[in-house]
Amino acid sequence: MKKVEISINGKKIEVPSNYTILEAARENGFRIPTLCHDERLKPSGACRMCVVEVEGARSLVTSCSTPVRMGMVIKTNSDRVVNSRKTTLELLWADHNYDCLTCNKAGNCELQDLCYEYDIDPLASPYIKYSTNHVDKTNEFYIFDEDKCILCGKCVRACAELEGVGAISFSQRGHYTHISHPFEKEMLLSDCVSCGTCVSVCPTGALMEKTNNKFRNWDIDKKVTTTCTYCGVGCQLELVVHDNKVVRIDAPADSINKGITCVKGKFGYKFIDRDDRLKMPLIRKRGKLVESSWEEAYDLIVSKMKDTLENHGADSFAALSSARCTNEENYVLQKLFRGVIKTNNVDHCARL
Amino acid sequence: MTNSIGEIENTDALFVIGTNTTENHPVIGTFMKKAIRNGAKLVVADPREIELANYADVYLQINPGSNVALLNAMMNVIISEDLYAKEYIENRTVNFEDMKKTILEFSVEEGARICGVEAEDIRKAARIYAEADKAGIYYAMGITQQSDGTNHVKSIANLGMLCGNVGIESGGINPLRGQNNVQGACDLGALPNVYPGYQKVANADMKAKFEKAWNVEGLSDKVGLTIPKIMDGGISGDVKFLYIMGENPMVSDPDLNHIEKAFDNFEFIVVQDIFLSETAEKADVVLPAACFAEKEGTFTNTERRIQRVRKAVNAPGEAKADWEIIDDIMRKMGYENNFNSAKDIMEEIAMVTPQYGGITYDRIEKLGLQWPCPTKDHPGTKYLHKGEFAIGKGKFTAVEYKKPAETVDAEYNLVLTTGRVLYHYHTGTMTRKVEGLNNMVSKSYVEISPLTAKEFKLEDGELVSVSSRRGKIEVNVKITKRIKDHVVFMPFHFAEAAANRLTNAALDPVTDIPEYKVCAVKIEKL
Repeated sequence: MKKVEISINGKKIEVPSNYTILEAARENGFRIPTLCHDERLKPSGACRMCVVEVEGARSLVTSCSTPVRMGMVIKTNSDRVVNSRKTTLELLWADHNYDCLTCNKAGNCELQDLCYEYDIDPLASPYIKYSTNHVDKTNEFYIFDEDKCILCGKCVRACAELEGVGAISFSQRGHYTHISHPFEKEMLLSDCVSCGTCVSVCPTGALMEKTNNKFRNWDIDKKVTTTCTYCGVGCQLELVVHDNKVVRIDAPADSINKGITCVKGKFGYKFIDRDDRLKMPLIRKRGKLVESSWEEAYDLIVSKMKDTLENHGADSFAALSSARCTNEENYVLQKLFRGVIKTNNVDHCARL
Repeated sequence: MTNSIGEIENTDALFVIGTNTTENHPVIGTFMKKAIRNGAKLVVADPREIELANYADVYLQINPGSNVALLNAMMNVIISEDLYAKEYIENRTVNFEDMKKTILEFSVEEGARICGVEAEDIRKAARIYAEADKAGIYYAMGITQQSDGTNHVKSIANLGMLCGNVGIESGGINPLRGQNNVQGACDLGALPNVYPGYQKVANADMKAKFEKAWNVEGLSDKVGLTIPKIMDGGISGDVKFLYIMGENPMVSDPDLNHIEKAFDNFEFIVVQDIFLSETAEKADVVLPAACFAEKEGTFTNTERRIQRVRKAVNAPGEAKADWEIIDDIMRKMGYENNFNSAKDIMEEIAMVTPQYGGITYDRIEKLGLQWPCPTKDHPGTKYLHKGEFAIGKGKFTAVEYKKPAETVDAEYNLVLTTGRVLYHYHTGTMTRKVEGLNNMVSKSYVEISPLTAKEFKLEDGELVSVSSRRGKIEVNVKITKRIKDHVVFMPFHFAEAAANRLTNAALDPVTDIPEYKVCAVKIEKL
């Protein structure tokens, strides 16, 4: 790719000619805030947070959708730029539900972070709040709160461009613009497949998982990247852990699944801490399964194994390994039966 | 998959057959839709008008079990119209003439009649697949769960090679593996005929290799039993001790009445699981296992990529990782593995498994590696058979269409096919315990076309009895235009109305895979 020379905040840099200003800036360590931008989506220039000043341009330009040009002189932090971003945030905030105190998104909300960064006074808004009080709770897994929506359109684009469903779109115009399903119907009646990708990309609390887990985002203990337990695609998921409990699943964008999930991967984790998980070994006594210690269970298994081996031989054993377990576990199970018992009667549900 | 998930979006044509991708491999479904938006052509063949059929250039609503007839008819078109890859066939394959003869003896019209579709649509589909520069075939259990499933797969391979689509980027033959680690379980020797790395147990050199590696003597060189044969062994009394790690055959296996009989007959059953499944309820000892979020390890996905599984939370109560339990038992049986972690096990795996030779936890910390990855400096393999097939020359096999093992008659007059739905996973051990998922689909149903429903005077939502020669269940009717007339579909997730009470355990002679996708049933009003 041909390179072009540009200047950002007085520093001369060379970047490929097909870059946007935002890409050029971020790659060279200049921070430009965004709300509607996502590297996986086509740029839309909707939120106006990424505006920068370009010498010779009549107005500020959106850096996410403006390609670089040879000799461009760019300022990412001039007073004009900062004032514009402030006004944008004030307008967004003026039209926002003011419930940061109890919002589950607090601490993980891009709008909240930017309002903090740009010193937005929450009480000084000169604008009239337009409230719809419309919260769609019909989906089993997430809610849509229209009063927290900033119309960045990330959910619309993610649904169309990443998930390929297109269940949602913008509806009406001007002040009445909102995100809607076809014919203004409830979410449940739309084509939505509950993949949760829109929830993953929403920068505010407009799209949030339904959850009984009470935790603040700043109290999260850790995020653990792992492989999904359901189908064979092998999506990479981030398990969000609070107080030894998986409380949410995030989807890192830099993975083989590109941060796209399905309903099971994103929302199907609540079996993990169910009360009816097996917690102790069980042994059948007088027809009933009763709790035992590991030692008692092991002793019974091993004595029965030795008896069976002696009286009926190795091929009277069979083991069902599992496509649900890890590679290491499958390896060890077949090693037990092949190497210790000496039978090849080992199979698993590959055919089922 | 011969190819990688990431290659899908750059393909020129997709042939999707016997996979309901957007429900069963939803994220791969999104990449397919991306490919279509990028301009790729799409051919879909399935008895159900699955979501992908909405986007298809050609949709073929074929009869269950008729894949080979369709594939042979398509190949007839491709050969007759001179659309095949002559140079590729010449240089890279053998046995073409033999196959060609079989194909040309089978007319497109005959194929159309067996499949229940228009001959012209078969021609269109064949041209789309053959004329694309890079075309990928994507299939799942609709191809394999047939009483001659091996032949269905060979037929797929024939088509792939015929058009020179194997061994190229964004092409290939891509079985979508259904379970998170079904690829890995196969790779690591959870099969009765092979050690880890598909090294045959009947081969004396392999026996010697593993005796040395494991420091044991007298490994068996007798090929073991597959699951269906293990169940038969339970009934005959040959198999006495059954050990199950994380499976639920009491719901997942075909002809459950037969399976139940086997379970009542095994002398001793041990089950390791995370819940008291239908299978665990039959056990003599149940051991509590850690789930995926509570342990370390690796899964190998459908594109052969070995990826890390990491512990996020502690297991409940005294539950342990499955490998720890097995390791404990081995120690008590007098064998010491010296494994202190899952990482130690992977080191041993890498030593004995050629395809995994270069795998270490350090190397897959960020991004998994795709096997074959034989050495520590090998980058992994994005797609297979580049330049040359793994076995040298690709072999065409003449395959003739064979009827399913069970066909309709005057009494059992409908064809049943089974599968999964988006919101549930396999026997529902996990998904049916997640409130939202269970609310979306909380009970079983039988899909039936409007015309067939009318013929049998059935109403939407009506509770009916569905029976086969093996069993009977009660289930609600769901009328949908998406299913072919005289074919009915049931999901198999639901133990209380288990589709597998009805399914046929007729097995493919090579792989012992059961014919879940076709059996004859009747529906009666209650």
